[in-house]
Amino acid sequence: MSALTRITRTETTLFFREPTAVFFTLAFPPILMIILGSVPAMRNPDPGLGGLRVIDLYAPIIVAMAIAMFSLSSLPQQFATYREKGILRRMRTTPVKPSVMLGAQLVMCTAMSVGVMIVVLAIARLAFSVDLPQQPAAYLLAYVLCALAMFSLGLLVASLAPSGKGAGAIGTLLFFPVLFFGGLWIPRAGMPAVLRHISDFTPLGAGVQALQDASAGHWPQLLHIGVMLGWTIVAGGVAARYFRWE
Amino acid sequence: MAIIEVDNLVKRYGDHTAVNGVSFAVEQGEIFGILGPNGAGKTTTVECVEGLRTPDGGAVRVCGIDPQRDTGELRELLGAQLQESELPDKLTVGEAMKLYSSFYREPADWHELIETLNLTDKLGTQFRRLSGGQKQRLSIALARVGNPAVAVLDELTTGLDPQARRDTWDLIERIRARGVTILLVTHFMEEAERLCDRLAVVDSGAVVAVDTPAGLVAKVDDTQRIRFRPSAPLDHALLAALPEVTHVERAGSQLVVTGTGNLLLAVTTVLARNQVVAGDLRVEQTSLDDAFVALTGRSIHN
Repeated sequence: MSALTRITRTETTLFFREPTAVFFTLAFPPILMIILGSVPAMRNPDPGLGGLRVIDLYAPIIVAMAIAMFSLSSLPQQFATYREKGILRRMRTTPVKPSVMLGAQLVMCTAMSVGVMIVVLAIARLAFSVDLPQQPAAYLLAYVLCALAMFSLGLLVASLAPSGKGAGAIGTLLFFPVLFFGGLWIPRAGMPAVLRHISDFTPLGAGVQALQDASAGHWPQLLHIGVMLGWTIVAGGVAARYFRWE
Repeated sequence: MAIIEVDNLVKRYGDHTAVNGVSFAVEQGEIFGILGPNGAGKTTTVECVEGLRTPDGGAVRVCGIDPQRDTGELRELLGAQLQESELPDKLTVGEAMKLYSSFYREPADWHELIETLNLTDKLGTQFRRLSGGQKQRLSIALARVGNPAVAVLDELTTGLDPQARRDTWDLIERIRARGVTILLVTHFMEEAERLCDRLAVVDSGAVVAVDTPAGLVAKVDDTQRIRFRPSAPLDHALLAALPEVTHVERAGSQLVVTGTGNLLLAVTTVLARNQVVAGDLRVEQTSLDDAFVALTGRSIHN
């Protein structure tokens, strides 16, 4: 078994020892899906949305929200805490490099957000008859690009934050505007044009729209692909530039 | 052959030269101490030995390996205990040992390590619930889990209570008994005196002296003073005639004999020959503390 596998396993064990984090990252998105789906008005076809129901719009928003939770709260806080406590430094004295710890965190966060995606899509399909993504390959592409952009943003927070607490605070501060433009409070379809244009250029706004398009059977628009790649390159590049193991 | 060789090491942080030409060599099986006040460059020096920092000048070799070039090899044979390095709060002792032992090609039997460090009943305990002494013992266990030839221990007993400190000293001696070469960073005189075979006294980034603790003291001042109350009057000249004695004086009911070398034996031999019993006998020597002040011009405590 490789060091990456073993560290990922240990980190996953540790993750499940934090009940609050487990609730918000794993349980909250499906619960939100169920709550929203239980509102009858959410399940009425809306001619303004081209015959879609509001709940149809929310499936990709909640999937993207799960990515945001892992990338903006779990990952940066955990990583900055490990740096602050000298855990990464201790690893530097062993044959296993601390980059493996970063890899383990990324693997764990990705695997768990994919798990949440599957659960959310299953609930949406089974309980509220939301169609599964019509274009699975496009959906996967949109998901991967969105995750890359968001995890790069999370690593940027981890790089710049002075401490674990600082990373938690910055992550939370970013979490709400990012989710707002992702359409958690007002889905993009309901946003005024100006807001929607801003949203187009945010990682989660672009991500949600790309997931939405793939759900409806289309490939993501070039604009949104470009925006997500742009965030990945810029945030990831700055994160790499200021990255510190100790 | 020396296990650790540090030759004219230089390390700068911006304008500040933290280590300025440090040299020393540590022999196989030694406990070698680096003693100096805070900010003397002790930690920077050992971090270059550990391959955690890139020297700006000079050479470092550990078992013939250049820590900068063969970092992978170094990691297998050097175990390090760092200052202020923790573990995840909720990681248990057993999980930490299992994980870290899996990092090495030829790990030690970690169950046995934990046993010798008296942590067996803490296997299921999370890191955050360990006492300061237990955390340090776990830290030693992690530094040894790779079966290293060399262990570097940095300020291991800082923050421990006196009992835990003494227990830790016993542990270090037991590690050495297994043939592990130990590089120990400390600013405690008592620790250096008790544990180290040899010491490098470091001040302001430079080595002031390298010697055994007794050698350092002798280098500075090997004068000894014996005080006692003679049971019967004694002719001072009998003592003053001894080659070891430099001065004899009376202080109230006591005699104070100053001298060098094997002073105590010489004096007691004369007393025995004259059937004089020495009451309240005390020998005063220069301490390592005094030697440190003499070598660096200041006390280690400030």
